[in-house]
Amino acid sequence: MSSPAFARNPSESSRLGNEPRLGVEQVSYAYSANPAQAPLFTLEATSFQARPGEIVAILGPNASGKSTLLQIIAGALQPLSGRVLLNGFVVHSLSPRTRAQRIAMVQQESRLLFPARAWEFVLQGRHAHGRSLRFETTDDVLIAKNALTQVGAAELSDRWMDQISGGEKQRVILARALAQQPLLLLLDEPTLHLDIAAQVGLLDALRRLAAENRYTVVIVTHELNLAAEYADQVVLMQRGRCLRVGPPASIYQRELLEQVFQTPLSVEFASNGRPRVTVLSGT
Amino acid sequence: MRPLTLRRLLLQCLLLTVLLFFVVVVALKFGAVPVSLYALARDLLRVIFGQSSQISSDYGLIIQNIRLPRIILGIIVGASLSVAGTSFQALLRNPLADPYVLGVSSGAALGAILGLIAEPHLTLAPAFAGLLTPLCAFLGAAATIAAVYFLGRREGQIDSTTLLLGGVITASFLSALIMFLMSIVTSSNTRGMAFWLMGNLSTSFQKSVYWFLAAGFFVASGAIYTTANDLNLLLAGEKEAMHLGVDVRRVRLVVYVAASFLTGLAVSVSGAVGYVGLIVPHIMRFIFGSDHRTLLPTAALGGAIAVVVADTLARTVVAPNEIAVGAVTAIVGAPLFIYLLRRRLA
Repeated sequence: MSSPAFARNPSESSRLGNEPRLGVEQVSYAYSANPAQAPLFTLEATSFQARPGEIVAILGPNASGKSTLLQIIAGALQPLSGRVLLNGFVVHSLSPRTRAQRIAMVQQESRLLFPARAWEFVLQGRHAHGRSLRFETTDDVLIAKNALTQVGAAELSDRWMDQISGGEKQRVILARALAQQPLLLLLDEPTLHLDIAAQVGLLDALRRLAAENRYTVVIVTHELNLAAEYADQVVLMQRGRCLRVGPPASIYQRELLEQVFQTPLSVEFASNGRPRVTVLSGT
Repeated sequence: MRPLTLRRLLLQCLLLTVLLFFVVVVALKFGAVPVSLYALARDLLRVIFGQSSQISSDYGLIIQNIRLPRIILGIIVGASLSVAGTSFQALLRNPLADPYVLGVSSGAALGAILGLIAEPHLTLAPAFAGLLTPLCAFLGAAATIAAVYFLGRREGQIDSTTLLLGGVITASFLSALIMFLMSIVTSSNTRGMAFWLMGNLSTSFQKSVYWFLAAGFFVASGAIYTTANDLNLLLAGEKEAMHLGVDVRRVRLVVYVAASFLTGLAVSVSGAVGYVGLIVPHIMRFIFGSDHRTLLPTAALGGAIAVVVADTLARTVVAPNEIAVGAVTAIVGAPLFIYLLRRRLA
């Protein structure tokens, strides 16, 4: 199933594996600053499944609970109820090390305390695959180099992380996630500070990688058109509730999106069958 | 790509060990009785290789019983403070963290003084009595760093400026408590106020104390070193480290306990020698990079070198008088702290 030639087969049912890899089952969450008070934020029971090679977009406006849902899937937050299964294992019962061997997270970049070169940064992705106190093996170096090449950032290898552009940095961060050799790749607003060329470049790379390496990809985003173009499945969220789960074509209905995003818009379908959204301003 | 190899790490450590050896030889030379550098180097090697009985000359007594113990104390104190500083910087994600600046040394000093005051009133086995002071110093250090950590938190996040300010104020408060205690207690074995507030290496101890110090240093530093890779990832933030497979809670606990212990160990025998844990890790980072697998051992050796040099200056600059070694490190360290702070704010 995982040979690249087979993976590029355009037929939907064979491009995607048939067994679900990721199962989000009735997951809910509540956040309160003080246990005695009513929760400030709640995530109502949410469920969806994803197969190998599939790209899922968690879509919604700000404060809809997208990132919270992603943190629960990553195992960083303990859900109030429900569970997340990855290949049949409950994510929250895995040790941080085992989890990091299976799940990689690409977050909005954080500031480094001391400068590091891109290759050092990517090698960090190998951490979970070795003992705590050890030196990188030639395999690790090979995997890290490969990861940089896969995201088209091989030439950045010796550059300092604080001296490259936002788009380049996002690629290096993605390369570190690939170096973890995960089953599940999670991305939190990966296109946030990128210009349009860098956005498309990153997402094209992601689509290619998902197909070739059989990653299950979950992206959190509020970009309607990027989700429409790249996602196989959309999880539509609003104020802590999951409204719909399904392929973009079935989710992108004008009234539904207008109500969720509080903006007048129109939906058309492009020749590839994917919806396109135009925001209608000034009405 | 040039990942760290064991070979490169050992080379770096060897380089610094050779440097430390020469610093020790030079430090041994300074003193009232003139001794040739060659004879010192030769006899020091004999001591290291366990052939000290072959040292026949009459100055052997001075070297072995007076100057060498003080230098060994300097090595252990410098290495401990430097490793503690490196650890606190990673743990608190603050490049300006240092046991002295954060008040941890003052906390350890207060603990040690309380231990010394309490000791005659307790009926302890002699073997345990000697451990009471370092134990109290450790507890003082651990309590202080916990307090400073919570002072430095704002809305669940460590705010680096608040943390430093909280540390400086805590240090000042604890120093005031130390002065208060020292003025009401008239005990002969509590050493002097200047000892605890500024630090000095002139106290000599029984031989077993040095063994205890060395063993404590290696155990605590070893524990921190097992987390060296995790500390590298922690620099990017706790959340990110967790996603990369770091057991953040365990690493924090190990480093917190071990670094507090190292601080307590150093302070209980030398008082609050400042800025070593700040300056040395920065210099080593500048030379060898910020990978903790290199940084921790090179900082330990660098700290040893720095304190032995500082103590030699403290003994010789105004000879036959002495200044506190902590005064020497502060004269060099405080301006550097200001420089690092300004560069960070810029």
